[in-house]
Amino acid sequence: MAKLHVTMTVNGAEVEALAEPRTLLIHFLRENLALTGPHVGCDTSHCGACTVDLNGKSVKSCTVFVAQAIGGTVKTIEGIANADGSLHVLQEMFREHHGLQCGFCTPGMITRAYRLLQETPNPTEAEIRAGIAGNLCRCTGYQNIVKAIRAAADQLSSKKEAAE
Amino acid sequence: MSAADGTSAQERKDKLEGLGCKRKRVEDARFTQGKGHYIDDMKLPGMVFGDFVRSPYGHARIKKIDKSTALALPGVKAVLTADDLKPLNLHYMPTLAGDVQAVLAVDKVLFQNQEVAFVVATDRYVAADAVELIEVEYEELPANTDPLKAMAPDAPLLREDLKDKKEGAHGARRHHNHIFTWEVGDRAAADRALGGAEVVAKEFISYQRVHPCPLETCGCVASMDKINTHLTVWGTFQAPHAVRTVASLISGIPEHKIRIISPDIGGGFGNKVGVYPGYICSIVASIVLGVPVKWIEDRIENLTATAFARDYHMTGEIAATKDGRITGLKCHVIADHGAFDACADPTKFPAGFFNICTGSYDIPAAHLTVDGVYTNKAPGGVAYRCSFRVTEASYFIERMMDVLARKLNMDPAEVRRKNFIKKEQFPYKSALGWEYDSGDYLTAMDKALAAVNYKALREEQKANREAFKRGETRSLMGVGVAFFTEIVGAGPIKNCDILGLGMFDSCEIRIHPTGSAIARLGTISQGQGHATTFAQILASEIGIPASEITVEEGDTDTAPYGLGTYGSRSTPVAGAATAMAGRKIRAKAQMIAAYLLEVHESDLEWDVDRFVVKGAPERAKTMKEIAFAAYNKVPPGMEPGLEAVSYYDPPNMTYPFGAYICVVDIDVDTGVTSIRRFYALDDCGTRINPMIIEGQVHGGLTEALAIAMGQEIAYDELGNVTGSSFLDYFLPTAVETPVWETDYTVTPSPHHPIGAKGVGESPNVGGVSAFSNAVNDAFAHLGLTHTQMPHDHWRVWKTAEKLGLVK
Repeated sequence: MAKLHVTMTVNGAEVEALAEPRTLLIHFLRENLALTGPHVGCDTSHCGACTVDLNGKSVKSCTVFVAQAIGGTVKTIEGIANADGSLHVLQEMFREHHGLQCGFCTPGMITRAYRLLQETPNPTEAEIRAGIAGNLCRCTGYQNIVKAIRAAADQLSSKKEAAE
Repeated sequence: MSAADGTSAQERKDKLEGLGCKRKRVEDARFTQGKGHYIDDMKLPGMVFGDFVRSPYGHARIKKIDKSTALALPGVKAVLTADDLKPLNLHYMPTLAGDVQAVLAVDKVLFQNQEVAFVVATDRYVAADAVELIEVEYEELPANTDPLKAMAPDAPLLREDLKDKKEGAHGARRHHNHIFTWEVGDRAAADRALGGAEVVAKEFISYQRVHPCPLETCGCVASMDKINTHLTVWGTFQAPHAVRTVASLISGIPEHKIRIISPDIGGGFGNKVGVYPGYICSIVASIVLGVPVKWIEDRIENLTATAFARDYHMTGEIAATKDGRITGLKCHVIADHGAFDACADPTKFPAGFFNICTGSYDIPAAHLTVDGVYTNKAPGGVAYRCSFRVTEASYFIERMMDVLARKLNMDPAEVRRKNFIKKEQFPYKSALGWEYDSGDYLTAMDKALAAVNYKALREEQKANREAFKRGETRSLMGVGVAFFTEIVGAGPIKNCDILGLGMFDSCEIRIHPTGSAIARLGTISQGQGHATTFAQILASEIGIPASEITVEEGDTDTAPYGLGTYGSRSTPVAGAATAMAGRKIRAKAQMIAAYLLEVHESDLEWDVDRFVVKGAPERAKTMKEIAFAAYNKVPPGMEPGLEAVSYYDPPNMTYPFGAYICVVDIDVDTGVTSIRRFYALDDCGTRINPMIIEGQVHGGLTEALAIAMGQEIAYDELGNVTGSSFLDYFLPTAVETPVWETDYTVTPSPHHPIGAKGVGESPNVGGVSAFSNAVNDAFAHLGLTHTQMPHDHWRVWKTAEKLGLVK
């Protein structure tokens, strides 16, 4: 099968590779780029374990062809930490509020929460729950995830206020 | 007491982060940064990918398999069928239940999506292409997917390999689809109680087939090193040592040449206890090809082929006096085990611990029979977030209690309170043979009733029913009360083994010269946070901060032998081993401290993190000092070093319990059921890490919600699975999941070294009954005694319609 020439920006770095046109973005990230943070949980875009940020939107990378992401900007869990290497407040709050157990949904969940807080910086509990409804977790019952995202929103907004 | 350095005992205790501390998890750093290491993250040089050709039929004869087109596809390395495995005697593998299971279908297929051929190719896309190119010719046979019809005289013969076998692993077989009959209790006494009873309530209660469905599916990487003849298998194994022993027994490879490693596991819930054809085929393919072979299930394969749970069909009869005192119980179960009996239970318990079905009640006479049957459905029968068949038992008795309450026209909470095993009756011997270790049920129940203001809820419900009657509302309120007693921590070797391996567990500890430590256990975390909590147990036992103790699990070359993590056994068994190994360390440390302080051992006492001379607290040796001395200054005649190992054979199971109350509002025109409130009180004995306990309860309740309100692996009459992806299989999102209220009492286990009982599965065991009781309760005043799960909108609407409520 003729291969596609794929270029894109992933976690701030330019990447270039050859891939079959049918290659899914999740497999390109995991197997070509060794970014194994995002996971495959269902293959049918229900569970959200494969969630990454593509051109400023949350996408389920198990149902995106790599061809659709050519020239795009991708952020995965590996690119969520702050530029100085410190953890993003979401990563800290997930730990602080016990928002994860087996950890399999966590990369997708945090990546989704990262985008949610850009879309809705001060979400209500209902908005958080609706905002992560595309990401399934089998361990936590969501309660502590919701708490963690709300706490992260508080910290981000107080940081923003301090900066202003 | 204050130490010589001025620190108070409390300050030093806090620094340890031991028992009772809400310690943050050490696992989280890697998981929150995408640096977990799950099975599909593994990549080895030269690794190839396996994929299955699966049966489209529930029951069919295989006429012909043509693999030539697939083999001609570039990138395809091998195609295995049963004919390739037969010469190796690997076409069948033994199951944990004493049956055999086809690794690849032999002559016929017995369930939809059964493994027929194993394709190996250079990447997963090519493997998937090759699966499509294998032509299998089938002759369809009549299927049976109804367990209640399995033993009909004219039911189709499923297991031709067992046709002439009159004896199974658990006694006589009386029909070609019969697996076993398990009988417990005193039939005559139960019959007498029922015959002479003032009131008898009878009900048929089905617990539908469901699937544990962890977010990560099953998978493995098998790598045969042909030069050293050494096999390594990484995989999603809840019991890595047992897998090693089974792999050795099946393959003939000596056990010391096999290494099994469980990396991070993305949830298990029972799904990852068994040995699956994918593991065996990957191992065979790696041996044949000499390269590592990876096999990862997709979600449909996971839901349809590996390890279902429940599928129990229970008929109960309960006898009582007019004022509500229970005098006897009978239960008969038809247990659907699918096409092979691959149920994961201790050997002597073909229906697990279902004989805990007398629940939390003092029932003087009881009798139980369970008939296991074959059907054209996937094999399994694992404990989905519960101990062996305990969720089924708990659901059975908790529904029966409500059915009895209706018959007596009594309040469901009151019937329970009246029949509880009393605090002073523990240890309590049940009519079906268990010895409950400890409990204070009435205190727990009354705390729960008070917390939700139960009386006010019933008054509100009365007003709601009157308003509904007047046509002022289309919503009915239901209150579900459930009380449960679990039986976990299998188990005492005298009655618990798997394949002859006693169900002990283990911990090995090494203290390093500078006073930090590593502990290795025979269990394996799948999200429970073992690396966090086992270090806490140890910190309290040996006075080394939890943050300076590494906990390692899951590698059979380094961990002591253990039976793994399922059935809430890690804390009751491996947690006990950890405490006991810690005590061995402390005993040796005491001898070293006595030598260093030039006193007799009996002159020393333990003080948080050090030994001090009685009456002279300024003379002390900290565990750190002792650790260093262990490597250079031990008493004459003593071996240097500070290590210990404990293999713990528990004297009894542990019996966690709890009281759950659920309030629902049902829209009778749509069947939509809103969970207004859910209160869960758990008693798991000594609490190791309250933060983790609460997290476990939240998760278990959410799985209970899923089961009670929507999950079902359903089959049609032809043997087709009618829902096998997340389109159909209900996993609650954050939107459907309510806010959970948690609470607790503490009744330590008297026989566990630290009094802990285990908690991970309690919320699932108690939760399902609470939801189902609430839905049934909403319609109780209209004459409904029982309606089957799952209580999805359509079924609830059907119930309302049958009761004439839908306009």
